[in-house]
Amino acid sequence: MTTSSLSAPRRRPATPLGLYATLLPPLAWMTLIYFIPIALLAIYSFWRLESFEIVQEFSLKNFQTIASSAAYRKVLLRTVAIALGVTAVDAAIALPLAYFITRHGGRYRQLLTLLVILPLWSSYLVRVFAWKIILGYNGVINSALVSLGVLAEPSQAFLYNSFSVGLTFVHVWLPFMILPVITAFERLPHNLLEASADLNAPPWTTFRRITLPLVTPGVLAGSINVFALTMGDFITPSLVGGPSDIMLGNIIASQFGVSYNWPLGAAFALVVMAIVFSGLAIVLRRGALENL
Amino acid sequence: MTAHEHPRKPTRPWFLGTVAVLIYGFLNAPIAVLVGMSFNDSAILSLPFKGVTLGWYQTTFQDTAIQASLLNSLKVAASATFLATLFGLLAAFAVYRYRFWGKSSFRIALNLPILLPGIVTGVAMLAYFSQLGLGLSLGTVILGHVVFGIPVAFGPILTRLSQFPRSLEEAAYDLGARPAQVFRGVIFPYIRSAVVAGALLAFTLSFDEVVVTLFLTGRENTLPMEIWGRLRTNITPEIAAVATLLLGISTVLVLMSQWIADTDEAGHV
Repeated sequence: MTTSSLSAPRRRPATPLGLYATLLPPLAWMTLIYFIPIALLAIYSFWRLESFEIVQEFSLKNFQTIASSAAYRKVLLRTVAIALGVTAVDAAIALPLAYFITRHGGRYRQLLTLLVILPLWSSYLVRVFAWKIILGYNGVINSALVSLGVLAEPSQAFLYNSFSVGLTFVHVWLPFMILPVITAFERLPHNLLEASADLNAPPWTTFRRITLPLVTPGVLAGSINVFALTMGDFITPSLVGGPSDIMLGNIIASQFGVSYNWPLGAAFALVVMAIVFSGLAIVLRRGALENL
Repeated sequence: MTAHEHPRKPTRPWFLGTVAVLIYGFLNAPIAVLVGMSFNDSAILSLPFKGVTLGWYQTTFQDTAIQASLLNSLKVAASATFLATLFGLLAAFAVYRYRFWGKSSFRIALNLPILLPGIVTGVAMLAYFSQLGLGLSLGTVILGHVVFGIPVAFGPILTRLSQFPRSLEEAAYDLGARPAQVFRGVIFPYIRSAVVAGALLAFTLSFDEVVVTLFLTGRENTLPMEIWGRLRTNITPEIAAVATLLLGISTVLVLMSQWIADTDEAGHV
């Protein structure tokens, strides 16, 4: 932040008019259409529903309901566990692939990156549904296993359980992890890797001590994407999950839908927000803002 | 230390290569299954494969509900992309050019709609619009889509802007150009490919958005809403045909824009 680098804008009159003209329209839009609704949601969570009427008084009833119900606590824990697990698996898949694309991709690098994004261009809903076709009773895996003689008859073990939910999440969010990790690998200074090799570090040591710390911001940026996407999803559990696989997203959707308890739904949404914010705080402290 | 037993071996891309092939298989296998199923001569979207037919594509082209929802999706995505790109460009310019109080908070706040789960955005807006007494329609869907389109457009534009060589701008001012001329003639050509990339991403996300739309839509369906309705009731290979068509069209569009961006860059260097 030297003064010399700022001398260029000073050439023109130091009026903040340009600042207002560029900053205010997006700020006004975001305030009116996003920040106020989020604030309202927070207020809703302290209201309560009594005999199908929303009582606009401050109370902690909704949060007490969530905390005191064993069933709700279980859904909360399961959602966080699935989100963390999916994030970890996606990171473990993204690291070798991004490394491969950036180090060995050569002139096919763009094509290889494009192939990562390709699944995103069909419909998200249909991609989730595709796993039903693969894992189902008459699915691809069952047909293959039966015709190979591994199974005598189709198994129902692949679909409508936490395995199918986790697998589908890992698949649908994987591009959102791979892309920031590729960006991080592309920014990796090659001379550091060469220097490490020149100092006789084995490849694994170079990876652990040089590569990994430098690509961590990219992995963290991808992680917060995947974590947040999983924390709020209700499509995947409702399509490929069983009755005991519902997540926080399903509860929120049902409170704003058929159950019609908006204050309780708002309280659940606030819980989701709080969890994602804690993840975000960790990620931002590690300097991932530039990679988001 | 077992690591010392094989120092500086040449890298073994065959191992990484195998891993990469497996990952690509995992990423694209469901897509391949869908494309295959769209030709399945069966009344349900499931195996066994009963033979090849183009009938589901014929059905799609005659399906007025799909066509109406497709048109709605295009309307929503085009409007949302236009507004989101405009606001994203303005915000990126403000962050790039000016110093102001709360700048990094502003950047994080702008990114919140894509950092927080869509369901939070969806229910918050639903509560807000109902409080305002605003009826749900494609208009409310557009309002919602702009909100997560802004950070999507903002990101790549700001990245490109921060690479812009200030000297070019100074030269333009020295030659007597006015600020508007400098933006149009010097800065915008430099960031054009990022603006296109951001807009394209915003369009793609809006076109395929499910969760926010589900809470904000009125009587008119977007294409994902139409598909969502059918996934839970009468699911036929027609949906696979629709998804295959979407995949084909968007692949062509993205390759075209990639090509435009490439020639753009080649022409300017």
